[in-house]
Amino acid sequence: MRHIISILLENEPGALSRVVGLFSQRNYNIESLTVAPTEDHTLSRLTITTIGDDRKIEQITKHLNKLIDVVKLVDLTEGSHIERELMLIKVKATGAQRAEIKRTTDIFRGQIVDVTSTVYSIQLTGTSDKLDSFIAALGNAAVLEVARTGVTGISRGEKVLSL
Amino acid sequence: MELLSGGEMLIRALHDEGVELMFGYPGGAALHIYDAIFNQDKVDHILVRHEQAATHAADGYARATGKPGVVLVTSGPGATNAITGIATAFMDSIPMVVISGQVDSSLIGSDAFQETDMVGVSRPIVKHSFMVQKAEDIPAVVKKAFYIATTGRPGPVVIDVPKDVTDPARKFEYRYPESVKMRSYSVPAKGHTGQIKKAVEILLAAKRPVIYAGGGVIQGNGSELLTRLAQTLGFPITNTLMGLGAYPATDKQFLGMLGMHGTYEANMAMHFSDVVLGIGVRFDDRVTNAVNKFCPGAKILHVDIDPASISKTVAADVPIVGSVTSVLEEMLELIGSADARVDSKSLELWWQQIEGWRAKQCLKVKSAEGETIKPQQAVQSVYKATRGEAYVSSDVGQHQMFAAQYYHFDKPRRWINSGGLGTMGFGFPAAIGVQLAYPDAISVCITGEGSIQMCIQELATCLQYGLPIKIVCLNNQALGMVKQWQDMQYGGRHSHSTYSESLPDFIKLVEAYGHVGMRIEKLSELDSKMEQAFALKDKLVFIDVAVDQAEHVYPMAIKGGSMKDMWLSKTERT
Repeated sequence: MRHIISILLENEPGALSRVVGLFSQRNYNIESLTVAPTEDHTLSRLTITTIGDDRKIEQITKHLNKLIDVVKLVDLTEGSHIERELMLIKVKATGAQRAEIKRTTDIFRGQIVDVTSTVYSIQLTGTSDKLDSFIAALGNAAVLEVARTGVTGISRGEKVLSL
Repeated sequence: MELLSGGEMLIRALHDEGVELMFGYPGGAALHIYDAIFNQDKVDHILVRHEQAATHAADGYARATGKPGVVLVTSGPGATNAITGIATAFMDSIPMVVISGQVDSSLIGSDAFQETDMVGVSRPIVKHSFMVQKAEDIPAVVKKAFYIATTGRPGPVVIDVPKDVTDPARKFEYRYPESVKMRSYSVPAKGHTGQIKKAVEILLAAKRPVIYAGGGVIQGNGSELLTRLAQTLGFPITNTLMGLGAYPATDKQFLGMLGMHGTYEANMAMHFSDVVLGIGVRFDDRVTNAVNKFCPGAKILHVDIDPASISKTVAADVPIVGSVTSVLEEMLELIGSADARVDSKSLELWWQQIEGWRAKQCLKVKSAEGETIKPQQAVQSVYKATRGEAYVSSDVGQHQMFAAQYYHFDKPRRWINSGGLGTMGFGFPAAIGVQLAYPDAISVCITGEGSIQMCIQELATCLQYGLPIKIVCLNNQALGMVKQWQDMQYGGRHSHSTYSESLPDFIKLVEAYGHVGMRIEKLSELDSKMEQAFALKDKLVFIDVAVDQAEHVYPMAIKGGSMKDMWLSKTERT
């Protein structure tokens, strides 16, 4: 099963490499990873999506917790949560396809953020599934380039991940 | 307030941390630090002949004393040579602080002379690491490093120190922090009382219990409490390779070591038990054999300070995270105040069954023809000559297993071996660390002619510091354990495991280093010569014992089976 693990990490040199190293060293899988500083500049927030059964995920969270730089973590998929991913996608937009792509973008509530006579650059936010569906919906339009941020997330309701 | 350079602060901080002894080898990036060592006499430095030996010696010192081992090496090759020793300490959870020199901060990343990314290279085999950013940080970094290395599940910590940070021309105010606080690191102290109660209830109701205790009991100084618990309950107890000495081996409740080369009775008792109390163990593959066939009828109670060790390979029915001493104390209290008593009727039947297994005498040594010495007899001879009082370090292979099986450790911290990583070359430098920690004790290294050649250069270190270590080399002219596997699984094809025609004359070799060499070839001379060798109290003696080349280590677990599946000899299996 897919899990989203959010981590508060000391904003120290080498901290990220310890987290990433742990995954490769213990043969765990990283599907996506995002990281950026939080409102407290001494902390980074890292979101990892990974796949594994309950036992594997338990080992992953235990080993992450053992890393000295990991201050706190939560498996967001244990409760109800919001997850988002941002995608920037460049597609060839010529002739009749120009209008069709614009319509599809509107349906997915995306925005065309850059235009040339032959190319649209589109910005889209949502769950990873939604982004996948958008690419599929583009049909035979030529996708020139895709840049996705990977998943980030937050728990619903009062629950917070903080010190 | 005193003004000190970075190098001086580093050494002073070690002293303030209580460090008396460090092991190391100088080089360019560490020279400011070495100059700071020269100008003081509070922290002793032992010069080894290879950085790997520095880490093993510090490791041996740590295992024997319980204090952290300290290592100082230079950048690049100095640092990478230390890696095997760091990995060894990591696998066995040994507290160690390794200080490595690094090139100037301004040169990092430029492929400078003797530059290696030590923090990166060591990352998977350390508990934590630090790269010192500025000299003022040194006292706090040292304090944190020792705190992390010695608390919780202990382990090695690396401090990488760029040369410019130790510049003698730049002085700073020095103050060693009294305490350390880290928001991201907390040490589990006491186990959960509810869980401990549950465990005690299960123990008191057990019909066929076994206590399975490991290195965590020794590291956590829990041997006395463990002994009390086992004796209060009257339960059979077995120790892992890492746990030998946690419970007195000569006591009647002790079943011997368990696992791949464990005794018949220990492995059978595990397999047929209804309750296993695992303390400071990690259900290693060398213990469990096939995990899905492991102790089929047993409830597993697992006590460990590291939550990640629990349910890693074998799911625990009652997991208890806490220090062994706190958990054992609480267990003893609860047992003392409980209304229930152990099921002594069932326990008696259980002991009868165990005595039946014991009667097989799986470790009974059958003498060879004529004067041939069996390796087991050589270990028994060492046991006799040292009255069981020695600190015994070993390398890795058949001799290690024979030492574990035939030297009976009644006290913790006497058996010093690389259990997790299985590092050949570990034993001799580890014996150096032991001898320096306890100058008046007997420090023996039981080794083979293969392993000893991996760190033999340390004979020079022993001469320099006058260390009267006794090296007992079980010489079978081959890589015995490799050969045994090749005999058993590869049709006897001894691929690159023999070299009898090219072995050195060890006697001449050790004499060249200024020590005493002795060769024992006949069984009738074994005990008398061994006594002679150990009587040379102020000399390093290399005792080269020619042993039966065809001998295998038994019992031996049958791969893919359960714990009850063992070879008991070349022809007999369970």
